[in-house]
Amino acid sequence: MEHNHITLPEGSIEKTTTTLNIGPTHPATHGVFQNIMEVDGERIVSSDQTVGYIHRAFEKLAERRPLYQITPITDRLNYCSSPINNMGWHITCEKFLQIETPKRVDYLRVIIMELARISDHLICNSIVGVDTGAYTGFLYVMQYRELIYEIYEEICGSRLTTNIGRIGGFERNFTNTAFTKLEKFLNEYPKVLKEFESLFTRNRIFMERTQGTGGISAERAMNYGFTGPNLRAAGVDYDVRVHQPYSSYQDFNFTVPVGTTGDNYDRFLVRNAEMWESISIIRQAYEKVQAFKGAEAEVYHADVPEYYLPKKEDVYTKMEALIWHFKIIMGEIDLPKGQIYCPVEGGNGELGFYLISDGGRTPFRLHFRRPCFIYYQAYPELIKGGMLSDAVVTMSSLNLIAGELDA
Amino acid sequence: MSLSNEMVQEQLIAKFGDQVSQFATSYGMLSFESPKEINLKVLQFLYDEPSLAFTFLTDICAVNYPNQTGAELVVVYHLHNLKENIRLRYSVSTSLGNTDVYTATKLFESANWMERETYDFFGINFVGHPNLKRILNVDEMDYFPLRKEFPLEDQTRIDKDDEMFGRG
Repeated sequence: MEHNHITLPEGSIEKTTTTLNIGPTHPATHGVFQNIMEVDGERIVSSDQTVGYIHRAFEKLAERRPLYQITPITDRLNYCSSPINNMGWHITCEKFLQIETPKRVDYLRVIIMELARISDHLICNSIVGVDTGAYTGFLYVMQYRELIYEIYEEICGSRLTTNIGRIGGFERNFTNTAFTKLEKFLNEYPKVLKEFESLFTRNRIFMERTQGTGGISAERAMNYGFTGPNLRAAGVDYDVRVHQPYSSYQDFNFTVPVGTTGDNYDRFLVRNAEMWESISIIRQAYEKVQAFKGAEAEVYHADVPEYYLPKKEDVYTKMEALIWHFKIIMGEIDLPKGQIYCPVEGGNGELGFYLISDGGRTPFRLHFRRPCFIYYQAYPELIKGGMLSDAVVTMSSLNLIAGELDA
Repeated sequence: MSLSNEMVQEQLIAKFGDQVSQFATSYGMLSFESPKEINLKVLQFLYDEPSLAFTFLTDICAVNYPNQTGAELVVVYHLHNLKENIRLRYSVSTSLGNTDVYTATKLFESANWMERETYDFFGINFVGHPNLKRILNVDEMDYFPLRKEFPLEDQTRIDKDDEMFGRG
């Protein structure tokens, strides 16, 4: 009688390790990541990553779009802090076109960018909590991210993929409601962050789960191209906001928190400390914004008719505004020739825009330096020899965002 | 003493003579080119020389210039000296016929995926790369999509019935 045995691949009986597939969609990956791990019991012997599941060819798309149509693409990079991407893109364009933005615009942008940084770090840190078994913090802070999203909504009308701001400034002035909501956030959030910290920072279980796992030395981190909180956790105080200030960050007082070991715990602490700094920066910026009086307090964009859409009522009543409106919308504005690389401090590191123009109406080439694409390649080294359950924590503590990774 | 673009340029010329060329500064960043054969020597020199110390690789990407015959593909390195806080753009060009460029993975771990991405989109063959295969696109793909020979759909095409979309 013939038996229908399953034919095992050669060598699979002798194999002492197990091959484990985590992802592409798995509750532990928080995004579309596939990890093929070779595990010996619960120890990770080696691993291999597959990325690109949500690759959308942004760089190719950008070659057919006038500058203002590229902003919605940048939303979809790091979608936990899309305003930073939007602002980064506007700042790149402004530097490229040599547009000077008014101080008030810079400060308003700082408020928005720091709110975005808080919402980004908040998600990352609370997810680290979830992966170590503490769901409470995550659910609790969600309502404060909601407050941030309400501020976005008040300013630009949308929440997640914001498309906030324009080249030269903002599409409209901040309303009083927006400032009221900002004040509400500034009043309520510090208490919550304090509570969040007391839930985790000295929590025995949390410390034992995160200390000494997923660590990396400063040298290796730099060699791997780490930037942002992950690099700072390893002890390198590199922050684009300080090293290459944009949007008037030089006017603010803040410290750059650093860690020492670069492990999951230090990454958590650095992100928490950065949130406190962000709160302080927002307060300073809000004060500066309130200090503008009279006509200055109404300024919300630079005077760049070639790139900044005129007001609708002007389009209906004035010839020149109508011409500019059509020229902008139809993408009929020729760019100057040249190349520029412009970085901003994104939620998870140095987000760079490398723009090449050949004098046409669209970029000749646009390349995004996406921080998490670059540091995710260190993941196998971070988790090698560790426990499988620590690998899950390491992944969330790196703050990997699939949208940014795959561009 | 802080490092300036001029000092970097002087040191590069002193070391490589007329092999490094096209020095230019745009938006405050120094850029230069060299033949692709010496790309590793240049990167190593920038890395090792204590007064230069460009030890941080910010980015690698490529650009396709279809009209530059013999130099259609350009690989661009963005380097950063974190201590002096000075950036640098270095590029090497290669032809479509022979896309071999030496890999920088031995110098920078971060170059691994950046070069894979560049290979994926432009077909630059990084010689010596430990794992040069596609990264964002599917493995079965048999072309390099970011080259200019693959235009996106022409928005003025008339052979398509799209009256419903206001273009009829």
